[in-house]
Amino acid sequence: MNDKPERLIDKKGLRLDGRKPDEMRQVKLEVGVVPNADGSAYIEQGKNRIVAGVYGPREVHPKHMALQDRTVLKCRYHMAPFSVQERKSPAPSRREVELSKVIRDSLEPAIFMEYYPRTMIDVFIEVLQADGGTRCASITAAALALADAGIPMRDLVVACAAGKADDTIVLDLMDEEDKLGKADVPVAIMPNLNAITLLQMDGKLTHEEFESAVNLAIEGCKKVYDVQKEALKAKYVGIKEEAEE
Amino acid sequence: MASVVTRIKQKQIAQLIEKGKRLDGRSPNDYRELKIEQGIIERAEGSARVRLGNTEVVVGVKIENGTPFPDTPNEGVLTVNAELTPLASPAFEAGPPDADSIELARIVDRGIRESKMIDTEKLCIEQGKKVFVVFVDIYVINHDGNLIDASALAAVAALLNAKMSNYEIEDGEVKFKSGYTPLPIKQHPITVTCARIGDKLIVDPGIDEELVMDARLSMAIDDDGDIRAIQKGGAGYFTPEQVFEIAKLAKEKTKELRKKLDW
Repeated sequence: MNDKPERLIDKKGLRLDGRKPDEMRQVKLEVGVVPNADGSAYIEQGKNRIVAGVYGPREVHPKHMALQDRTVLKCRYHMAPFSVQERKSPAPSRREVELSKVIRDSLEPAIFMEYYPRTMIDVFIEVLQADGGTRCASITAAALALADAGIPMRDLVVACAAGKADDTIVLDLMDEEDKLGKADVPVAIMPNLNAITLLQMDGKLTHEEFESAVNLAIEGCKKVYDVQKEALKAKYVGIKEEAEE
Repeated sequence: MASVVTRIKQKQIAQLIEKGKRLDGRSPNDYRELKIEQGIIERAEGSARVRLGNTEVVVGVKIENGTPFPDTPNEGVLTVNAELTPLASPAFEAGPPDADSIELARIVDRGIRESKMIDTEKLCIEQGKKVFVVFVDIYVINHDGNLIDASALAAVAALLNAKMSNYEIEDGEVKFKSGYTPLPIKQHPITVTCARIGDKLIVDPGIDEELVMDARLSMAIDDDGDIRAIQKGGAGYFTPEQVFEIAKLAKEKTKELRKKLDW
């Protein structure tokens, strides 16, 4: 953890954890992990461990925030103090405030907001362990939690980052690549609608590199989408089996 | 929140844009009139006022001594803060920074930081102990849309205008001398924001356009024409094709602005 690697890509073209440039980390998703929430999901992606829960549609608090023609979507992305190497203060940082906002903006396009006027939908995301790409994993889990809560949606939302490590465009950055790499491009999509709902970038990329990074990230999103669908199905298969017993 | 007037204008704005026109007579890819003044606050080490149409932003740069972050002991520190003053819009309230002002500050911060505009290693006075801390404070005076581009321009203009005091080290003590030197500048990032309304893209959205837009996308472009930072905002989406079109547009627009500003 303390030694900085000299190169992120070795002579064979493999990454620090042995992945190929266009290879994802393993993604594990589970639905309905928080019994008290209306919908919830848990994601493991590399060493990322994140829980997302949805409450609502429910009464708006504070009341004056209510909208007469649509629901209000609220989102809170929060990192546990023990989720990173150096203890993080539990008070929300400026980074967490910004991420809460961009995650909210990435989920709203998928929700039929006008179905629930004068209500509020709360999305709570707790990062238990961070390993690069927490915003993307959070979006993937939060969209699944919304679906689990039975909120009508146009599509799922699924996210994955691409970036540049040394001189190679790579998929799904882990912590070291995120910190020491040359660029990071998190992307969220609605996979059936050809729509990008989150796009950020930092680092330095030429326009050609940027296009290939976005295209690679979209490919990654589609792979995660398959896992998302399976996780949602698994819950109902489980319920069916229980009912038949 | 969309005002009643905007709801009425909404249809008109969308219909005009469909024909390639805009409410204030601009074409889709036009910026509003841009005016930059530098050195308007004598007490600040650097300052600038940017007017983009009726949007007005003042940025002040203060430079103080402080301690470096433990993970970058030989680098100066940059902090960017934004105030959406209640003076600037009926929609703004006094109080601690909300998500909108934090997002604005962080977008401007990323453009400056990721482009490595300031050579922060040259801001180190004594490794691990003393460095210059550069505070960039964004003050919105009037909000008429596209605070991101106006603030980013004002921040860069204020940093270009900023000076730090000369110093020498005497017996391990830092002594400040008379005279100033400019900040060590390596890049001049410019941020371009595009909005999607219906299936059309427009540059530099005004306030009415912002209230009806589906989503916005901001890109910071460096001196080489490369992309340094991106932020999508708003509760809508872009197709990949629109994203790539905006990237091209941002490159063109920053080229034009660079020529005009001599950056």
